[in-house]
Amino acid sequence: MSPENVNCLPESDVKLTLGLPGGGPISAKPAKPPAAKAQVVGWPPVRSFRKNAMKSCKYVKVAVDGAPYLRKVDLEIYSSYQELLNALEEMFSCLTIWNYLNERKIMDNVNGMEYVPTYEDKDGDWMLVGDVPWKMFVESCKRLRLMKSSEAIGLAPRTPSKNSSTS
Amino acid sequence: MIMESKRKKESPSSPESTQFPDEVLERVLAFLTSHKDRSSVSLVCKDWYNAERWSRTHVFIGNCYSVSPEILARRFPNIRSVTLKGKPRFSDFNLVPQNWGADIHAWLVAFADKYPFLEELRLKRMTVSDESLEYLAANFQNFKVLSLLSCDGFSTDGLAAIATHCKNLTELDIQENGVEDRSGSWLSCFPESFTSLEVLNFASMSAEVNFDALERLVSRCKSLKVLKVNKSISLEQLQKLLTRAPQLVELGTGSFSQELTTRQYAELESAFNNCKNIHTLSGLWEATALYLPVLYPACANLTFLNLSYTALQGGDLAKLLVHCPRLQRLWVLDTVEDKGLEAVGSYCPLLEELRVFPADPFDEEIIHGVTEEGFVAVSFGCRRLHYVLYFCRQMTNAAVATIVQNCPDFTHFRLCIMNPGQPDYLTNEPMDEAFGAVVKTCTKLQRLSVSGLLTDLTFEYIGKYAKNLETLSVAFAGNSGRGMECVLGGCPKLRKLEIRDCPFGDEALLSGLEKYESMRSLWMSACNVTMNGCRQLARKMPRLNVEVMKEDGSDDSQADKVYVYRTVAGPRRDAPPSVLTL
Repeated sequence: MSPENVNCLPESDVKLTLGLPGGGPISAKPAKPPAAKAQVVGWPPVRSFRKNAMKSCKYVKVAVDGAPYLRKVDLEIYSSYQELLNALEEMFSCLTIWNYLNERKIMDNVNGMEYVPTYEDKDGDWMLVGDVPWKMFVESCKRLRLMKSSEAIGLAPRTPSKNSSTS
Repeated sequence: MIMESKRKKESPSSPESTQFPDEVLERVLAFLTSHKDRSSVSLVCKDWYNAERWSRTHVFIGNCYSVSPEILARRFPNIRSVTLKGKPRFSDFNLVPQNWGADIHAWLVAFADKYPFLEELRLKRMTVSDESLEYLAANFQNFKVLSLLSCDGFSTDGLAAIATHCKNLTELDIQENGVEDRSGSWLSCFPESFTSLEVLNFASMSAEVNFDALERLVSRCKSLKVLKVNKSISLEQLQKLLTRAPQLVELGTGSFSQELTTRQYAELESAFNNCKNIHTLSGLWEATALYLPVLYPACANLTFLNLSYTALQGGDLAKLLVHCPRLQRLWVLDTVEDKGLEAVGSYCPLLEELRVFPADPFDEEIIHGVTEEGFVAVSFGCRRLHYVLYFCRQMTNAAVATIVQNCPDFTHFRLCIMNPGQPDYLTNEPMDEAFGAVVKTCTKLQRLSVSGLLTDLTFEYIGKYAKNLETLSVAFAGNSGRGMECVLGGCPKLRKLEIRDCPFGDEALLSGLEKYESMRSLWMSACNVTMNGCRQLARKMPRLNVEVMKEDGSDDSQADKVYVYRTVAGPRRDAPPSVLTL
């Protein structure tokens, strides 16, 4: 699937999906992730001091559509979008991230699915990653979601890229 | 002279009973430090018992209610150092009611009378008030070492009293306590004339301390070997401290994130470069990959690295571990994932201890963390591994079998599969065979924590094979009380048994009647034990204290939480209303 196709995706019903990831087929691991458990007192056995110490870390969840597990990143340790995307590439090693025409696209090497990095901002809106200056993004980002390209149509419209050629 | 004649009066010795005069025997026994050895010595004969008790200077009391201060002082007249542990371990996880007890004050009053030359006090899970700290500071002129781990009840005011009055203090170690952190001014209370400090650990306290006071303190304490600062200390400040104390052997950094200029970065790197003696490193709060390289020059001799408060990714951990070939102990967060653990296996062949803590244990959604693969990778690379604490969300029987095959010398195996009752995720079978493999292969096993879906078979294995097991922790496991009976019947060296949320009832509880006198303690909560069962136990075993903690609104006949321990001090008199002594 070449990058050019992205700009020529057929007009389909605009679908703004705000649901949690996991709509797609579950990945290869046989067991399903356990259902969200009710909080049991004193379990897992982690000391209060440690519990409280970890709470103060500011980091955001990263979800990939179709993957059963989330990860977390501390946005404050990166200083640019490129660094963040490199880290995501390392974390989700089946994905390759590349820039094309200043639009960041992410592709899963195994199943050929294309993903678009999106984030939920302070107002609860889902935006495309990369539109605002980095520091502003760090301030306002509450969680990240690598959304399947097909579902990303209709997200907050992006400002036209300076480097876009024709089209 | 008076002491000698007093001794002779107390122990009339016949000529044949000992080859050595008492004084010589005492001198020889003074070299014995292990309290287990000393216990053995004291059992040989009356003369040896007396020589031992006169020569003992350090006493370790694993359960503060097993003995009273009066009994202690009667037996050991010359104590200089006391280690005391109080509350049951599950109090760390909020399972023990407030005001449960374990207050140090009565001990201090007795010590002021009997051991005015007391030098060291190490407390774990005790309640310590400011008043007690002030009392300590005022009554013990020779006081040198104060270590408080997981204690509660005091504030920084109490610490101020210690800093102000303890002129001979060499060690102040405050770890993970419920401290009311009113202000950091306690640190400024060390007088300018005070220079004896060797160990200072205030890493787990939050209030900002006066940096100038800290810097001056570090400068004038030339014997300072251990310095662990709190989050309020910045990288720039750390650099200054390191310059003052290049002789440090253990360092706990403060917050490891700050925007540094190139010059500051170089200075920091240089400071670490001058610290050639550091073998323990911790702190590293909010450390970003960007600044970890400044540590590299100091890592050559590192044996213990505590990254358990640093949300590090696997790749960054790998880059750091390349520089730590001598590492023996490593604590990390599961943010490093299996990739990070593969690096551990690759770069740390001398590793003996690994602890992997969960960054997000209570999150509703599922966060990745480490899996069985990471643990297996470590076991292939680190054949000397003997201590592990591993929090994960999935495990298999096969993986554990491989792990113990690679590392048969485990002494401490603490595996926590975080979802209660979760089976082997590949086969959907219980995790019985995993722990079976552990106890069969690891003959030196002293401590075991089990988790996952477990049937009685696990406990049959434990009872049959774990002959050196001393501590066992069980949660959400077993089919019937038979499991507990197997353990009580089979593990000759068992000292501590803690059980929660298991279907073990009165029959299981009572099967251990004689056993409990050879153990330090038993904890059972949310099991099927009744008040009647507990009363029976209390009646039959007068040298045990059987305490029940009732929960609000529970059935009158149920014994929600039971704590049983042996004691020579009789039932305790300081129990709160929620704790019933039967």
